[in-house]
Amino acid sequence: MTSPDKKSGEAYWKATLNLLTVILVLWFVVSFGFGIILQPALDSIHLGGYPLGFWFAQQGSIYAFLILIFWYAARMNKIDREHDVHED
Amino acid sequence: MDLKTLTFVVVGLSFALYIGVAIWARAGSTSDFYVAGGGVHPVVNGMATAADWMSAASFISMAGLIAFLGYGGSVYLMGWTGGYVLLAVLLAPYLRKFGKFTVPQFIGDRYYSNGARLVAVICLIFISFTYVAGQMRGVGIVFSRFLEVDIVTGLLVGMGLVFFYAVLGGMKGVTYTQVAQFCVLIFAYMVPAIFISLNLTGNVFPQLGLGASVATGEPFLAKLDMVVHDLGFQEYTSGNKSLIDVLAITMALMAGTAGLPHVIVRFFTVPKVKDARSSAGWALVFISILYTTAPAVGAMARYNLHATMTPGVLTGEVFAEGSGLSYEQRPDWMKRWEATKLIKFEDKNGDGLIQYYNDKSKDAEFLAKAEAAGWKGNELTVDRDIMVLANPEIAKLPNWVIALVAAGGIAAALSTAAGLLLVISSAISHDLMKGILTPDLSEKSELLAGRIAAAVAVGVAGYLGYNPPGFVAQVVAFAFGLACASLFPTILLGIFSKTMNKEGAIAGMLSGLFFTFGYILYFKGIFITPMAENIPANWLFGISPEGIGTVGAILNMLVAFTVAKFTSPCPEHIQHLVEDIRTPRGAGGATH
Repeated sequence: MTSPDKKSGEAYWKATLNLLTVILVLWFVVSFGFGIILQPALDSIHLGGYPLGFWFAQQGSIYAFLILIFWYAARMNKIDREHDVHED
Repeated sequence: MDLKTLTFVVVGLSFALYIGVAIWARAGSTSDFYVAGGGVHPVVNGMATAADWMSAASFISMAGLIAFLGYGGSVYLMGWTGGYVLLAVLLAPYLRKFGKFTVPQFIGDRYYSNGARLVAVICLIFISFTYVAGQMRGVGIVFSRFLEVDIVTGLLVGMGLVFFYAVLGGMKGVTYTQVAQFCVLIFAYMVPAIFISLNLTGNVFPQLGLGASVATGEPFLAKLDMVVHDLGFQEYTSGNKSLIDVLAITMALMAGTAGLPHVIVRFFTVPKVKDARSSAGWALVFISILYTTAPAVGAMARYNLHATMTPGVLTGEVFAEGSGLSYEQRPDWMKRWEATKLIKFEDKNGDGLIQYYNDKSKDAEFLAKAEAAGWKGNELTVDRDIMVLANPEIAKLPNWVIALVAAGGIAAALSTAAGLLLVISSAISHDLMKGILTPDLSEKSELLAGRIAAAVAVGVAGYLGYNPPGFVAQVVAFAFGLACASLFPTILLGIFSKTMNKEGAIAGMLSGLFFTFGYILYFKGIFITPMAENIPANWLFGISPEGIGTVGAILNMLVAFTVAKFTSPCPEHIQHLVEDIRTPRGAGGATH
């Protein structure tokens, strides 16, 4: 394979790490944040019959994980093309 | 048709389906055997990963755990799904680009060391055997309860089936049978959940039903909180573990999920790096169908159980005369489950009525009222594992639904067992034999060695399922804790640190492994007697053995960086290898 020159390789890796940081911060906030640490406080708000903190812990965080993975996959495809390291 | 015949027919049909698929997808090469030829579509791979992942524990035990833990069960829901985010963004695409067959192979090549590869093989085998023994046990329970055959016959049938498609079909056969098994297990899980949600809340989606209202107009969860509170139990929607322990357990389950070899290896089977990223998402789509339903199944099973045992609790008259069910009039499902000893009644006050309540409640007023009503302690013990299996019977659903649940439980156990047996056999034939002991093994002999290893592993797993050693009950602590503390950080550093060297990685892996293993033994005492009582006051930082993998992972990384700082730097060509796996272009099929 032809490896991209060093400078563009570094820019690509930096863009990847930036996206990764955003994803992991959101991952932490919806589960550890809303589902655990803030659960007692959020439970005073209701989402239908669900106390909100309980909803995040048993439903919401899972939906959020799904959105995060597909968003990551789509953004990474774009970053791959921008830095000309995409497959085929 | 009676229930037993119907169950035989449904389970038999599902087996015929798996055998048909396995014959259609036989393995012809080592590449087929280890990674299904590397040509599996990401959505298909996602479905197979979901079946691989959702074990007898997810299908049979998880909703039961949630039913009795309430909010406390959330650690499993978040832990076993959040791991897929880590897998998608931190590991899967890079390991796919690396393009080899096994997890120990990545560790061996990245850390230019057969020693590192050997440590990884040992971790993998211990983790996978702990896990697979639990699956075989699950197969045995389902067979003995629903088909009324003895547990040995049940195990032999299950082993024969797994042997057939894992040994002949390898990864290719396993992948396509897992797709079929996913369809069976998810259908079997959803049908009773939808029926029960409709019965209780009139909502067809259990996910929405859990947040909806019961016939009287009260929100279901508020009603459930009231029911369990009136019987002296902890309120359903609040937890009782310390914050730090909940955080540590959730983290250990997440990183452990991402570090489990049988899950990681699934991402070696897709054609491209791009597919590895989206495939993790597809896997989670299929997993979350069950995982977002389980909280509703758990909560509604708990409600139905109390409503059956103490009808008086629904009107708020717990202590009124005759609020409990008369034992003579107990439902048929209870009689059937009594035979398995998983539900037991002992009439402590001799009144012929069932008093099912929390006699260890901290509410003195509640206990005083119970005593005044002539209650002499809780009279019913219910094993939480029966909640999903007995659920359709408790909710009075038709017999074909009960038969379907049996087939679903077997599908969940078999699909996970097959995936585990495959990583065990590839660690032995590819890493131990081809990689370390006899490097000049031909492809044909390696394939044969892989099949023999799979066959031996099936036998050992069956034996462990029949005669489970103590550590099998500690799957959560052992499998997830060790994957979290040993494999996950080592793979992570291999990708994200260019300078991590072999000395650092081996030292880190061993310290994570021994620390976590030692801590679990110290409190749980599996091979030895426990050295301290397993209570929060004795725990390090207040973290239970289930959550200690998180501390082990941090220790792994600290030791790795410290050792790497004082030993010879990572060679140039390895640093280039790391740069190469970070960019997607040039990913070929998986090779050896």
